[in-house]
Amino acid sequence: MEKLKFLLAGNPNVGKSTVFNQLTGMKQHVGNWPGKTVELKSGSFTFEDYEVEVIDLPGNYSLTPYSVEEQVSRDAIIHEDNDAVINVIDAENIQRNLYLTLQIMETGANTVLALNMLNYAEEAGFKIDVKKLEKTLGIPVIVVDAREGTGLDELIKTSIKAAKNPTDNSGKLTYGFELDDHMNQVKRLFPNLKIGTAPDSWVAVKLLEGDDEVLDLAENSPDKENLRKVTQMRKHLEGIFNDNVDNAFIDARYGEIETIMKECVQRPSGHKESITDKIDRIVTNKYLGLPIFFIVIFLIFQITYTIGGPLQDLIDEGWGILSAWLLEMLGEGLVSSLLVDGVIGGVGSVLTFVPIIFILFFLLSLVEDIGYLARAAFVIDRVMYKLMGLSGKAFIPMILGFGCGVTGIMATRTLSNESDRISTMLAVPFISCSARVPIYALFTAAFFTDPLTQTEVTFGLYILGMIIAVIVAKVLKSSVFADESTPFIMELPPYRIPTLKSAVLHMWERGFLFIKKAGTIILGTCVLVWILANLPPGVEYGSINSIIGMFGNLIAPIFAPLGFGFWQAAVALVFGLMAKEIVVSTFGTLFSLEADDEEGISGVLSDMFTPLSAISFMVFTLLYPACFAALAAIKEESNSWKWMFVSVGVCLAIAYVLALLVYQGGLFLGFT
Amino acid sequence: MVKTLDDLTPGETGIVKTHRVKGTLGKHLREMGLINGIPIKLERKAPLGYPIEIRIQGFSLALRKEEAQAIELE
Repeated sequence: MEKLKFLLAGNPNVGKSTVFNQLTGMKQHVGNWPGKTVELKSGSFTFEDYEVEVIDLPGNYSLTPYSVEEQVSRDAIIHEDNDAVINVIDAENIQRNLYLTLQIMETGANTVLALNMLNYAEEAGFKIDVKKLEKTLGIPVIVVDAREGTGLDELIKTSIKAAKNPTDNSGKLTYGFELDDHMNQVKRLFPNLKIGTAPDSWVAVKLLEGDDEVLDLAENSPDKENLRKVTQMRKHLEGIFNDNVDNAFIDARYGEIETIMKECVQRPSGHKESITDKIDRIVTNKYLGLPIFFIVIFLIFQITYTIGGPLQDLIDEGWGILSAWLLEMLGEGLVSSLLVDGVIGGVGSVLTFVPIIFILFFLLSLVEDIGYLARAAFVIDRVMYKLMGLSGKAFIPMILGFGCGVTGIMATRTLSNESDRISTMLAVPFISCSARVPIYALFTAAFFTDPLTQTEVTFGLYILGMIIAVIVAKVLKSSVFADESTPFIMELPPYRIPTLKSAVLHMWERGFLFIKKAGTIILGTCVLVWILANLPPGVEYGSINSIIGMFGNLIAPIFAPLGFGFWQAAVALVFGLMAKEIVVSTFGTLFSLEADDEEGISGVLSDMFTPLSAISFMVFTLLYPACFAALAAIKEESNSWKWMFVSVGVCLAIAYVLALLVYQGGLFLGFT
Repeated sequence: MVKTLDDLTPGETGIVKTHRVKGTLGKHLREMGLINGIPIKLERKAPLGYPIEIRIQGFSLALRKEEAQAIELE
């Protein structure tokens, strides 16, 4: 079978992903572009005698590399071998969409245009002459309905035909006399400068625009002397246009689009009030906007946990039964301990989150596909921007952090730029997730008899976590990412009826990623912790004679200034990295109590902790590095070990300093 | 006083004279079609006053206060 490779390009919100899902179905692979935090989606399908691979490029408005997203698309089109670039455009927004089309054509790519949502455009009063558009652009134009899946066979057939007979359409483009003339001069100055599959004209445009990457390459070419002439030309052109050359090119492209529009498209005379306008008038209303926003967020939470909660308990019970059964079958021994304490204890507790993750991402995908996510960001943007320097879209990952940090970190994928994604990812672990609740509950109950004090302490911890999260995000945005200009480009797309297929695919994709993580990185670390708790051979699990116990004993003095410098606390903290709630059961294990004997544990705790050191310990567990699952999610989503270790470092430092302040400050003020 | 996008009231339309939105955002907006001479409509404001929703070239976009003040109208 012959192999073909198509790239799928287009603006955000044009139905590109729907086309991709329709073509590839479940045969998708989701990863990252090498070395980037940008999601790489590829998929394959067979069509007649061809095995077709499709790569879904990020949604871009242009190919100018402002951010990694555009860089990735541009590199793929120019450097990656491909048989055709399928450009999906939204008929209702044809003017803006054609800008990217022209930029793709400039690269000499073998372009096929997929005209989507023509029915919406016609409803709005557009009349598009497809045959004429095809002729004017010089590339095939196929009308598709991505939602219904119509026109896709035709699209693939045409793309295959185009692949057999590739054409470079860059020659047909014109930018007006002045720019064309100078482009020709530049071409002659750099006859040997080749960049990927791009034609000379593209290189010339980029040199005149002053594109950093192309300038660097020219700097290393044999004709580098001629760069000075290019600079002179740019100066000359700037004089003529009274503007930067890259702006002149933008205007020239829009000029060309205007010509195309005049020939092929009849625009509606005025803007009729659409359903989208009607919905927006309510949803972003001055008084109703925020309440509606909070209701939607609340509903997402409520639905997720009412359906997911019982399922989570069910899985937990299942593990309990499995553990008991394993113990009975294998007897108390190394093997059963590995399976029960190591694998089920670590990975099992992480896997209980699977139903929640599935439901949550199904709902989020629906909300995004409908178009409400953009409105939610619109409504809350001011708060997020003022408070943390983040876009409104970061609100949802943050709020998800209260349920489970892993879901919050995974949801950062909806953010449109890298610096927002990383800042949010590093802030989310400070939010009190549900796994911290058992720790708070146990400690407050053991040390504060007054229920009001218990509530106050717990509430205080929640607030502390939120404040730290805000500060961390703000500091990152204004230090590490200060230079990074992060454009706030937020389109408010028309509301659309979501498709079940897209939501299910999205849910499956995120859920599967989580299961995969649990099965690899989390399993590995849990087994490692178990081994360390059982070595040297013959020691009691996690006791002071085990490696972990010795390690705990070794590091315990570090915690003395915080008020809990005994080895059991240190060991509990190490185990807590598997999942925070394990901190509680570890105290049980270490004192040879049943793991769920809360009264016994409370008794032991009050011998070891004072109320003040208990608060200090809770502050530390709130802030110290997130569980392995969350760390794995940071590694996965940022696609780098660096940010994961940064997160560990930042958490440790903040946890230590704050617990120290609480304990020493408390002592100073006379508390015990 | 230069009239900017920020001076429009919801529902009002103006014509872009020039915009001095800084950095990549400015370029981005231009590439999205915010070019001189096009009509721009202030659709509505967010409940907290900002961002604002504008309509250019047939689509809706959210802009923050700084950007709204940097877009000059005729």
